[in-house]
Amino acid sequence: MGKRTIIPFGPQHPVLPEPVHLDLVIEDEKVVEAIPSIGFIHRGLEKLVEKKEYTELVYVIERICGICSFGHGWGYCHTVEGLMGIEIPERAEYLRTIWHELSRVHSHLLWLGLLADGFGFESLFMHCWRLRERVLDLFEKTTGGRVIFSVCKVGGVRKDIDKETLDEMVSVLRGMEKELKELTETFINDYSVKNRLVGVGYLSKEDAIELCAVGPMARASGIRQDIRLTGNGVYDKLEFEPCVETAGDCYARTLVRMREVYQSIDMIAKAVELIPDGEISVPVKGNVPKGEFMARLEQPRGEAFYYSKGADSKFLERIRVRTPTNMNIPAMVKTLQGCDLADVPMLILTIDPCISCTER
Amino acid sequence: MAAFKLGKMILRSLFKKPATLMYPVVPRVWQERTRGHIENEINDCIFCGICQKKCPTNALVVDKAKRSWTIERMQCIQCSCCVEVCPKKCLTNENTYTTPSTEKVVDTYVGAAPEPKPVPKVEPKIEPKAEPEVVEEKAE
Repeated sequence: MGKRTIIPFGPQHPVLPEPVHLDLVIEDEKVVEAIPSIGFIHRGLEKLVEKKEYTELVYVIERICGICSFGHGWGYCHTVEGLMGIEIPERAEYLRTIWHELSRVHSHLLWLGLLADGFGFESLFMHCWRLRERVLDLFEKTTGGRVIFSVCKVGGVRKDIDKETLDEMVSVLRGMEKELKELTETFINDYSVKNRLVGVGYLSKEDAIELCAVGPMARASGIRQDIRLTGNGVYDKLEFEPCVETAGDCYARTLVRMREVYQSIDMIAKAVELIPDGEISVPVKGNVPKGEFMARLEQPRGEAFYYSKGADSKFLERIRVRTPTNMNIPAMVKTLQGCDLADVPMLILTIDPCISCTER
Repeated sequence: MAAFKLGKMILRSLFKKPATLMYPVVPRVWQERTRGHIENEINDCIFCGICQKKCPTNALVVDKAKRSWTIERMQCIQCSCCVEVCPKKCLTNENTYTTPSTEKVVDTYVGAAPEPKPVPKVEPKIEPKAEPEVVEEKAE
């Protein structure tokens, strides 16, 4: 038994896109225990509920996260619409679903790039981000923003997409799919990639259930869990089956996300086929009545939870967001126990941490 | 096999256009919907202050007395909220960005002084002069 030492990891670390701090208790190059701490970028966004009217608050809520910003806006609008009893038009539901799935494509491509960068495959990283750029261009064309879209509002969406743009969107994504297939082969078959991923960070199905893992982390451990199956948006009409892997290691998590990119492209194509004509929003007036409403949404990183409490005024009394990274941190700590020090960056990356979401 | 694949990719990349934009030489093409910066057609503005009230970041200050509309460029998040609520539709979201700067930029638009309201011409009433009262002084 060697001497135990503690190595601080983060909040500033070359491999981490966001600030999370870990105290790694090391014994002979093996991690015995990891103690996480967060709280470096708390911004107090939930407090702003007191100062912003519910119609303007959506622009604040969107800024919780720069990657899943559309989903946050959607989740918040869903709770307020539930409180006020607003039925939004079907076309708006379709548009929301299309934008949300586009977010998933760009989030997963970003993550695949970061993963490649994490294990030192620099050119693969650049290729992933090159493809992601096209999705961002699609966002800019349809919403006006590349990262923050400001397109979701209480009662529907603010901008419509015409038929030509929708078709162009599908053709761009299909073209991207072809190029992505080459990258997929590298991710799946390349031996240097496999050396870094296969068998690393094993999370069993029982542990995933016990530690409440969500999203791709849970699906890679064999749990068929996806909030899109519960039927928010128009997912019930798109007929999909969640991507589930059973290996439970970093390689399985990569495969799940890789397959989800293809699945999202198919879902967008199907939604474009089915989208009906009609209004994109309904007028919203008056105060938010007293009451509480909860909504769940499948973000690219997993299940996100939204809560709003109305107070019969233009200002909500409380909002609360529980983000997927928050739920995946216990599972990450579990996988870190017993791993090599050199694998720590891989394990942190494969939960796809979004600390700014978690702290808000 | 891997070398063959690599060779194919290298050859293809040699003859392909670069994925990145040679930025200052090749200008960026903005989309029609790009939310770049807010402009105000100040002569149409009625300085009602609704945009200031609705702005999520308090980037706008409207002064009705001075007829000025001020925007803090760094604080504005280009959400287009003000454009949507403007009753005169004098606010627009242009698709170009403002020039980058290292200091906080505050732009103030001042409207022209309102034209003086035409005063209705009123004919001055000519009242007949009252006859001066003659007070007879009593002779003592």
